[in-house]
Amino acid sequence: MKNRFLAGPYLLWMAVFTLIPLGIVVYYAFTDSITGAFTLENLAKIGIYLPIFFRSMGLAAIACVICLIIGYPVAWCIAKASPSRRRLLSMLVMLPMCMSFLLRTLAWVALLEDTGIVNQALGAIGLGPLPLVRNNGAVILGMVYNYLPYMITPLYTVIMKIDPKLEEAAQDLGCSGGQVFRRVTLPLSIPGIVSGITMVFVPAVSTFYISQKLGGTGTVLIGDVIESQFKTAYNPNLGAALSLILMLMVLICVGIMNHFSSDEDLGEELVVQ
Amino acid sequence: MKRFSKIFTVIVFVFLYLPMLVLAAASFNKGSDVGAFTGFTFQQYGALFKDHTLLPLLRNSIITAVLAAVISTILGTMAAVGIFNMNKRPKAIAMAITNVPMTNPDIVTGVSLALLFAFAGTLMRKNGVMGFWTLLIAHITFDMPYVILSVMPKLTQMDPDLQEAALDLGCTPIQAFFRVVIHEIMPGILSGALMAFTMSLDDFVISYFVYGPNFVTLPVEIYNYTKKPLQPKIYALFTLLFLVILALMVIMNLLQNRDNLRRQAGRGRGRA
Repeated sequence: MKNRFLAGPYLLWMAVFTLIPLGIVVYYAFTDSITGAFTLENLAKIGIYLPIFFRSMGLAAIACVICLIIGYPVAWCIAKASPSRRRLLSMLVMLPMCMSFLLRTLAWVALLEDTGIVNQALGAIGLGPLPLVRNNGAVILGMVYNYLPYMITPLYTVIMKIDPKLEEAAQDLGCSGGQVFRRVTLPLSIPGIVSGITMVFVPAVSTFYISQKLGGTGTVLIGDVIESQFKTAYNPNLGAALSLILMLMVLICVGIMNHFSSDEDLGEELVVQ
Repeated sequence: MKRFSKIFTVIVFVFLYLPMLVLAAASFNKGSDVGAFTGFTFQQYGALFKDHTLLPLLRNSIITAVLAAVISTILGTMAAVGIFNMNKRPKAIAMAITNVPMTNPDIVTGVSLALLFAFAGTLMRKNGVMGFWTLLIAHITFDMPYVILSVMPKLTQMDPDLQEAALDLGCTPIQAFFRVVIHEIMPGILSGALMAFTMSLDDFVISYFVYGPNFVTLPVEIYNYTKKPLQPKIYALFTLLFLVILALMVIMNLLQNRDNLRRQAGRGRGRA
């Protein structure tokens, strides 16, 4: 069959618009912004940005863990509901993903500000305005809020595929409810957990909008630094070097995560059928 | 346990929808401060339809999303069929390439395309290359993997005998594809197209790096807006879009329910 040549246009497209651009990023990372000569200076500057890299990874990791803890029971609940309710609930999970995440993040600012809705409500019962915004906590909240659907969707797809007979068998063989969960349900949902964590971690670690809106001066993330190198400071070579490091970091994290999962095609759970 | 997880699920849904409720409430607010509701009005909706800046931006967003979804669905479906028929080794390489834009952070994809377009611009000695075409190319690039990943499982599930039967009965491979294969994988194609469309419509991060001043999309403009105070009519637009998407999803849900019922009925008859 000559069908395989149908992939030709796609592969050519991806070579030109995915692989070559990444090559250009590498080229910029290793050249000087003014002379264009080969240099390691851009990459050497990573030392200054190391605390920011660590902060980004730390906040994204915390957001991942919270998403998993919140998302798992919800995904479980959706997977165990009746088919028509299941479709409705999964639709309600996906709906926020289609709405402007910029505006939804701004709504959180309006909720959490010193004069915001939450603090007004607290004030009404005599509690003083709490500093809810412009700190690490607000950035984590923004990440959890924006990326929680990306955790719930793959989790629920995987939990739904678990054969209920397996859980019944475990029960018949004398497992308590907790044991059934620990020994059967949880191990079988690992592929969903892995792709959920990946889908939350990657956008969270590289975000710049959430930290700009909900964060303060102490919560600059690596995405903010990269964005400013391209948009305001105009040093694309430094920006390219930082992008390269961010990309490698994410690749290593995703690689480690995939190690826990026997599932070969990471992407498949990401796609909602 | 069941009760607990149900209550918990309700709380999480409140958490997910609270900010959207706030925005919907703000669209009916007389004042422009989201935090202070000063009175009920439809004024923002009137202002929205008289406005000549927001609606063209929405139109730009929809044009980009529709074109990107159509082109990426065609190229992506072709690619999925092609990759499906590959041998093990090239298949693994093609799928690895497909996973690159999916695992790469959006900001890296955006930055790398921006550098490519800038580079191409200097080669062609042209200033201001960023515009409609760069935006469309970027959107097609990040849409295609979604189409492939949603068509691929349908190809795997398909009975290979169907295609062979069509070929044995005298179809050319192209006829076999359009008369048999395409019907089997249609649900995958449609959900891929829909995902591509929604991804494009709401994309901000990648668009932000490759847009030009002559062709701005709504999310990019909202970002540029939010450096200044936001115009309240944008909340009205948000609320309307929310209702449109909700209606579309409910309709799809109903169609799917009916489709499933019909399919079950069909299967029952087949067995009897």
